[in-house]
Amino acid sequence: MWTWFYRLASPPHVYRAAAALTPWFLGVATLLIGYGLIDGLVFAPPDYQQGDAFRIIYVHAPSAWLSLFAYTLMAIAGAIALTWRIKVGYAVAAAAAPIGASFTLAALVTGSLWGRPMWGTYWVWDPRLTSELILLFLYFGVMTLREAFEDPARGDRAAALLGLVGIVNVPIVHFSVTWWNSLHQGPTIAKFGKPDMPGSMLWPLLAMLFGFMCFFGAVLCMRLRGEVLNRERQAAWIREAIKP
Amino acid sequence: MIRYGFWSMGGYARFVWPSIALAVSVLIWNLWSARRHHARALLRANRALAMARSERS
Repeated sequence: MWTWFYRLASPPHVYRAAAALTPWFLGVATLLIGYGLIDGLVFAPPDYQQGDAFRIIYVHAPSAWLSLFAYTLMAIAGAIALTWRIKVGYAVAAAAAPIGASFTLAALVTGSLWGRPMWGTYWVWDPRLTSELILLFLYFGVMTLREAFEDPARGDRAAALLGLVGIVNVPIVHFSVTWWNSLHQGPTIAKFGKPDMPGSMLWPLLAMLFGFMCFFGAVLCMRLRGEVLNRERQAAWIREAIKP
Repeated sequence: MIRYGFWSMGGYARFVWPSIALAVSVLIWNLWSARRHHARALLRANRALAMARSERS
């Protein structure tokens, strides 16, 4: 079983698999995001309380979801690399960090733009907003720490450790709206049994969520190929892999 | 057919459209940056291979 695991995580295998998966992820993401945007912005009815301002959810919720997903993936990949000395784990963590940071920033700014008409302010030191801001700083910290060492292997290890420590913030972000009094609304679609949204609003949101996930898969694969190339520049298999 | 009040977003246009524009910009930036990252790595790997070849010969 372990032989299979190590072979699956070998750099040449990961490099080729990422190349094969990228167009599929990108194709599905384009379809889902295209459908989600059109259905969400044009056809979904306005919310009875928030009017058309609620449509920000179609970009805010997927960005926020990705910010947590990317961080969790980054921390798990770092933990796998630290535990089993699988180098590709560090590459996955390095590839996921800038993508996650960009979506965290998007979640914060779109949330702020949504907050202004609903709460009367762009920013409030609410548990959800504050913990999401801490998540952004954690991403910046992980990326900066990786680059701070002359020896890339030490940088990878330090970044993986910080990523692991910071994972404690992920459940705090997710449950902050239920643990504390918060201006931020509660979970909308986490309750799969009985979502708070009617289907006409929910379907485009689900399409956007899965579309953003597929998009994340595509850009992760692209960045991962770059990371593997950077780390394996001297390896013999590279010659075959990058042959024009 | 686009519904009535689509562009004005019921008076929330100045919040909705910048949000959509920002999200689309983040998607485009991610694609561009991932492509650039891979292209740079490919260039570096090709250079390393060329150097190794020239050292051998």
